Amino acid sequence: MNMNRKTENVGVTPGFDSGRRRFLGTLSAAAGVTLAPGVFLYGAGASRPVVARELDVAVSGAARWGMLIDVKRCDSGCNECVSACVEENGLQGHGRPATDAQWIRKVNVRDPDTGLSQSLPVMCQHCAEPPCVDVCPTGASFKRADGIVLVDRHRCIGCRYCMMACPYKARSFVHEELEDQKPHTPRGKGTVEGCTLCVHRIDAGGQPACVEACGKTGGKAMLFGDLKDSGSEISQRVASYATQQIRADLGLDPGVRYQNL
Amino acid sequence: MTLCRISIVLVAVLMTWAGLGEAVAAMEKESGDGGVALPVIPRGQGDNCVGDIEFMRRNHMTVLRHQRDETMREGIRGKQYSLKECVACHAVMGPDAMPVTVDSPKHFCRSCHDYAAVNIDCFTCHASRPEPGIE
Repeated sequence: MNMNRKTENVGVTPGFDSGRRRFLGTLSAAAGVTLAPGVFLYGAGASRPVVARELDVAVSGAARWGMLIDVKRCDSGCNECVSACVEENGLQGHGRPATDAQWIRKVNVRDPDTGLSQSLPVMCQHCAEPPCVDVCPTGASFKRADGIVLVDRHRCIGCRYCMMACPYKARSFVHEELEDQKPHTPRGKGTVEGCTLCVHRIDAGGQPACVEACGKTGGKAMLFGDLKDSGSEISQRVASYATQQIRADLGLDPGVRYQNL
Repeated sequence: MTLCRISIVLVAVLMTWAGLGEAVAAMEKESGDGGVALPVIPRGQGDNCVGDIEFMRRNHMTVLRHQRDETMREGIRGKQYSLKECVACHAVMGPDAMPVTVDSPKHFCRSCHDYAAVNIDCFTCHASRPEPGIE
């Protein structure tokens, strides 16, 4: 497969710095792997229920939350994951796409040689070695023991180094005062934010809103689970089929993996 | 004619004066020391607060700050002190039967903080009322 895929982004302001999106251009060549026919990823319905932990005990490194996205089942016209995220976290913008918060977006990629077009959701990849955490001067950007990368806005000073450091452009800055935030998703002016993997749902034993929406009304392309639990569906899938991380060459070991890309 | 008009004005002035006097008396009664009116603190829902009331009045900021780090960084939830629970339990209903936000002087946190002249930063990010429709 050609390594110089042309990229374009959907739902983002025209004139967006495409150079920073070139990471998609190096999506590796694993798409050529043929899967067994009839093998599909299933979202909410078929996955094992995530067992809720004791809520008064700190999270541990025994789990690592991750996601597997089957690009073959992701339709370019479908935006269910994005809408679900906006609804769940109260991300309604001001109609200014250049500055409105965006925790997950649909990205369309096309191979200019073969004409193959694909669509995939991209959000915080919850890296094992997150560069946003490395550069944060106040310790606001941090990785929880179970692998979820978050911004502690009690400490965030809004310097936006993390936004520069993130190769996935996964973080947003809140430019304006907000009202009526969701009680489970505090967010406010002057701080950086990004996908929390719906940590409030995970702590309650649920799964992220995007995965749930994809399973219900989308293409059932997203699977959420514990990558360290060998019995979990996601672990079995990544052990059975070729999957890839975006910009795996950076060695960040993202927790979000893609299949059939 | 003129006499009649003057007497009407006089009566009106007297009535206003009397009203004003009553209002001032009421304010003095509310404020105790004749200064700013005391905050109105409505009871929260349920039988008792998560802590002793005297303790909570003096230490709520400390316990909230301590617990926020545990929740944010270690995922420890459902412990004794939670800003979300404070906001839910102490919601004050507005004229539209919806919980008021911190924009209203009647808001539970704000009524005291206004009196003490202490800014609350919590609600620049946190929701200052429970999600409408969810108890």
